[in-house]
Amino acid sequence: MPHRTFFWFFFPSGLAMLLFIGLPIISSFFQSLHIEPEQILMEVEKCDPFGCKTETKVDIEATSKLQEEQPLGRFNGLGTYGDRNHLAFDEIKEAWSNSSSMAEFTDILLNLPFYKALLFTLTFCFAVTPPVVVLGFIVALSINTITKSLKGPTIFGVILPMIVTPLIGSLVLFWMIDAKGILGATIQYLFDDPNLSLKSSSQLTWITLIIYGIWHNTPFAFVVFYAALQTVPQDPIEAAIIDGATRYERVRHIVIPHLYPVATFIILICLMDNFRVLEPIIGFAAEGVAQSLSWMIYNDLRSENKMLFGSAGATSMLTIIGVAFLLTPVLIRTWREFRTER
Amino acid sequence: MKKLLIALLFSFVSTGAYADGHSPCGVTDGTIKILANEFTTYRIFMDEVKSCAGDGADFSVTHSVDHNKLQVAALSANPAEFSAKLVTNGSITTLMNDNLIRPLDDLVAKYGSALQDNQKIVIDGKIYAIAFMANAQHLWYRESILNDLGIAVPSTYEEVIAAAEKIKASGKMANPYAGAFKSGWNLGQEFVNMYLGHGGDFFKAGTAEVSVNNDKGVAALNMLKRLTEVSNPDFLTQDTNAVKEEWESGNVALMHVWNSGAASLLDDEGDQMIKADTRLANSPTVGGGSKPATTLWWDGFGIATNTSDANAEASFRALLGAATSTEMANANPNATIWLIDGYTPGDTAGPVVDAANRGATPYPSLPYMALLHGALSTELVEFLQGNESAEKALADVEAAYVAKATEQGFL
Repeated sequence: MPHRTFFWFFFPSGLAMLLFIGLPIISSFFQSLHIEPEQILMEVEKCDPFGCKTETKVDIEATSKLQEEQPLGRFNGLGTYGDRNHLAFDEIKEAWSNSSSMAEFTDILLNLPFYKALLFTLTFCFAVTPPVVVLGFIVALSINTITKSLKGPTIFGVILPMIVTPLIGSLVLFWMIDAKGILGATIQYLFDDPNLSLKSSSQLTWITLIIYGIWHNTPFAFVVFYAALQTVPQDPIEAAIIDGATRYERVRHIVIPHLYPVATFIILICLMDNFRVLEPIIGFAAEGVAQSLSWMIYNDLRSENKMLFGSAGATSMLTIIGVAFLLTPVLIRTWREFRTER
Repeated sequence: MKKLLIALLFSFVSTGAYADGHSPCGVTDGTIKILANEFTTYRIFMDEVKSCAGDGADFSVTHSVDHNKLQVAALSANPAEFSAKLVTNGSITTLMNDNLIRPLDDLVAKYGSALQDNQKIVIDGKIYAIAFMANAQHLWYRESILNDLGIAVPSTYEEVIAAAEKIKASGKMANPYAGAFKSGWNLGQEFVNMYLGHGGDFFKAGTAEVSVNNDKGVAALNMLKRLTEVSNPDFLTQDTNAVKEEWESGNVALMHVWNSGAASLLDDEGDQMIKADTRLANSPTVGGGSKPATTLWWDGFGIATNTSDANAEASFRALLGAATSTEMANANPNATIWLIDGYTPGDTAGPVVDAANRGATPYPSLPYMALLHGALSTELVEFLQGNESAEKALADVEAAYVAKATEQGFL
């Protein structure tokens, strides 16, 4: 394709990306360098049904004047990035010098909100992605072999978890795993433990979230694999059949190598998606035991007070850096394959 | 506190006559969009607001348990997403901090002749909200279960735990106690109650410097832990509405929830056996304290700053009509404690009046209280799960608060 044609072909989407992705990222970055202006407090008399008393209140006039002078807030540099709710440099330094063993240090580290969230986010990413790829592949292979008349309805059934909005899907499951829900009661019956509750322990909640993640993401892997399966060349397969290769051998030596780049693509997208996990945490009311980086951003912007734009901006930047780290190995690999193929 | 008592006493004798002036109802134009919490009493109130607004105005109301999380974003926009917000002494400070609700003095002068003085929330000489009900959390119990086991109605949390353990041991119920321990606002509120019950102060006097990591904080946390041990193991996912469902399913014999819960717990829906067996009791004290471990709340409404004067007036009139409706209050005497002129309290008002009487603290209306409540919401979970000590949990709360308060410019 001539460069000129490519440019005009790419221009609209490039512009949209710049406007709706690039600029917001830059603006979040600037916001993350600032904190709110100082709040000027004053003592006033407050009267309510329980009586009158003198209490502290924000001096709105003085504070809004400060706000007008500095609409972005006070410049704080990278201060927000280093504070306790983010990278917590001071706390880590202190923990490093005060803790007697590695286990104690890890305990303190994973008690800090950012690292706690990072641990869950990474666990979720790496526990969900491999099963999604494997399951998606198996489902695609199976559906590829069933008769044409059944294919349509089966495919619809399989991609249903992806169609259902994550929040709704997780809420439905949340009610089903309740101690009195169909799944929760069955599990109690199977393990013969009337006190077993999937919602009460952190480990079981994490496992529930991961299983939900696999359930929700598998259709995506299936759709991509299924499309790719249609492009597998028939000649080598027929040749292999004539040579007496079993079904397993055909899949192992012809289909899998052919689908390899597609698998890389799925892993890439899955890692990226799962790194931003949020909805199941809300749906399963799991905020207490499982927090992700996206949940931290959500919490900063929807807590019961002024929105913490600086803090949310800093977490967003750290998330972007995290995604970049996560994707680098896969991207390098793809790049190498791309080069060797040429 | 005295004012509330006086108001309640007065309401027995007052005539509730409407003074002259503009009648608030029958709004002819304007848009009324209200954001409110979700519980039965608010639904009753909103029905009245709607009928007061009449057909002339464009009326809509959004009920959400997440109202506090929505309010700042929704009212900061200009024009604001909502023209009015139902507020409490907890949520009003956040709106005041950002100047998101407007003074109502001129509107009160025009339409508010039927208002009682204690309905006016006056801050620095200006009326910023109109209160219409008072609320508090207190104990509820199942009379037949306590009677069967010969348990007296608990008046302290130590007795609550002893009672719950006795019920558990009898095999009648596996998890006899329930409280709204859902991680988030509810869990923070449970700590606030318990800490105040121990006589604690959240901040060093006159400053935004937090101080909860002390003996009283540890005692409060340990008491919460013991309560969760006699609660449903899913306690971290149960908010007030979920606790009420547990109650109506007959799984719980003791609970500490809002007085306004009577509106749904004592209505004609659900198991009437359980309803007939449901009793209200005063909020218990804890750790030998004299104050009940609960907080006093008023609920009222505020009008958005960032809305047009016409919409503000329309919204004010409709809400005021309900907030002065003696008929609504007396038709639903048990829905809550109405602060409305001419209201005769029902038989469920007792525990709130008792709490006020015994010196329960109103929920602190400090500009930085919401930040501390937020820190409590998330940092106490690990302690309740047994993964961390009380001191560590409270140190985490303080550290989380300091980081947020610094970013907000309070420290």
